[in-house]
Amino acid sequence: MNSIHPDERGYYGEFGGAFVPEMLYPNLTELRKHYLPVIESNDFKKEFRLLLRDYVGRPTPLYYSPKLSGEHGASVYLKREDLTHTGAHKINNTIGQILLAKRLNKKRIIAETGAGQHGVAVATACALAGIGCTVFMGKVDMHRQKPNVERMKLLGAEVVPAVSGSQTLKDATNEAIREWISHPADTHYIIGSVVGPHPYPDMVARFQSVIGLEISDQLKEKTGKKTPDYVLACLGGGSNAIGAFYPFIDNRVTQLIAVEAGGKGIHSGKTAASIALGRKGIIHGSRTYLIQTDDGQIIEPYSVSAGLDYPGIGPVHAYLHDTGKAKVVNVTDDEAMEAALWLSRREGIIPALEPAHALAYLRKMKFRPGDTVVVNLSGRGDKDMSIYRQYLHR
Amino acid sequence: MNNRINNLFHTKNGPVLSVYFTAGFPGRDDTVPLVEHLSEAGADMIELGFPFSDPLADGPVIQNSSRLAIRNGMSLPLLFRQIKHIRKHTDIPLLLMGYLNPVMQYGEDRFLEKCAETGIDGVILPDMSLEYFREHFRDRFCKLGLSNILLITPATPPHRIRQIDALSDGFIYMVSSDAITGGSPDLSRQQEYYRRVASMNLKNPTLTGFGIHDRDSFLNACRYSRGAIVGSAFIKHLEAAGVSRESVRKFMGSILP
Repeated sequence: MNSIHPDERGYYGEFGGAFVPEMLYPNLTELRKHYLPVIESNDFKKEFRLLLRDYVGRPTPLYYSPKLSGEHGASVYLKREDLTHTGAHKINNTIGQILLAKRLNKKRIIAETGAGQHGVAVATACALAGIGCTVFMGKVDMHRQKPNVERMKLLGAEVVPAVSGSQTLKDATNEAIREWISHPADTHYIIGSVVGPHPYPDMVARFQSVIGLEISDQLKEKTGKKTPDYVLACLGGGSNAIGAFYPFIDNRVTQLIAVEAGGKGIHSGKTAASIALGRKGIIHGSRTYLIQTDDGQIIEPYSVSAGLDYPGIGPVHAYLHDTGKAKVVNVTDDEAMEAALWLSRREGIIPALEPAHALAYLRKMKFRPGDTVVVNLSGRGDKDMSIYRQYLHR
Repeated sequence: MNNRINNLFHTKNGPVLSVYFTAGFPGRDDTVPLVEHLSEAGADMIELGFPFSDPLADGPVIQNSSRLAIRNGMSLPLLFRQIKHIRKHTDIPLLLMGYLNPVMQYGEDRFLEKCAETGIDGVILPDMSLEYFREHFRDRFCKLGLSNILLITPATPPHRIRQIDALSDGFIYMVSSDAITGGSPDLSRQQEYYRRVASMNLKNPTLTGFGIHDRDSFLNACRYSRGAIVGSAFIKHLEAAGVSRESVRKFMGSILP
């Protein structure tokens, strides 16, 4: 299997690393030391696999979509992460991290969330494990993703509004890191994407790699070949994308396509397309591409989709982009919205706004007959109902 | 290394008071007069914060001053112009404190050269790790006569404190508790930590920072280290009482014995 790992200090080429205040050094050192031995141990693997099967509902189906295939002239499959428990791929990572936190004797969990899918997945894993949790969420996101705020509370989580900056995912992440600095010993921070200081990007990628591994097996079963011609995924921080790409990196056949949130257009000043507009710098402890001013101040991003509304990308994606191993593109809010409506009406699947970006990019591609295309449908659209309703009635 | 910071520790007998404020706060052009007022009122050293949009180690007070400073147009090029001006009038040790991203965009080499050229004596970059400093910066700091100030915290293991001591030249920034700036520490845990570090007989002096806000916390910190750093408390004072010579003198009077 081809896959991708950083060096022992967390670098993918020049990207990644751990740029954090000294206060976090002991926590990160502990994690760095233990994460691989723990997650590669047999007893961890067994427990993780069992929970993914019986609690999360894995493997999720790989669905051949006749309508998308007809529309685009290729065999289009949807990886149905929307059918997992809690409705998005985020749960794969939170189950993995909660099992790790238990083995490290942590008494409390903190997390950030954008769309609320990660927050719900954290609250769920914490309820399952019997550990208390606090989730930081931008005040703007709490408003636009209200159902998920209610779900987190029902699951017993404390939800703390992040009121600094643009009050979205970036600021929720800042607040979670500050909280961690203030409570280093007994607290584990469950980061929701392949961002943050080493070892988070690698750890989260490993927990999400189950998506791609299943795609490979399921494709083999359905078509006889293990490698698709294309894998598409939306790209915010990049956890669903790296999960779906994982076994296909470097295989020379599969073209990996990550779709960023163009917002109202990449030259509109209202966008979250970090690769399209970003320059190298440091955000949340790792070196990557981020949207910033000439002075190095991080620019508040914008996307209709709270889960993609982030000014950076995971360092592994910066590396995949720079080395040409993945192609990073973007679509606008409206294009994503149209794609979501299309799939709802034609396939009876309401996708979340985030993977709707990946679906939207299909229209911009030219396929040869016989091409096999997998789109990672990373989550379902229940949380986005109010945004869809507004769009329909505008 | 012979610079103003090391001279200060060699010549000063009593406790050292270093004051932090965010450059460009509350007004864009307050940097120069504030340095002047502070050195007149008895500050031994000044840390000029260059603002960053996402300061991870800072509490709400410094976050807010940073946000306003950015809005006021503060940037590294502007700050270096102000420092040139400051250096015409005062010889007080000056440090720059801020996060790595603005430095990277300005250019790491260019930043250090400009520091040396304008008369900066030391740099504090809280999100620059010891390892990154050792590999990318150390030689350049030495060559330019700049002190790199590294942080230790109650959770820093002894062997790492030794490493930090070995790589430091100036002083060690002893963070008073597991907290972001402006927090209030657990006092008994703090005493144990202060004593533990003091008993290590480090080659560099230590200055205590984070949560120092009045004479008591200043004197308590000075029992175990060469002095202390005041930041959030001064910013709060500037918000409430303004930037006049009188206001600064009043604040310093509330800290100094």
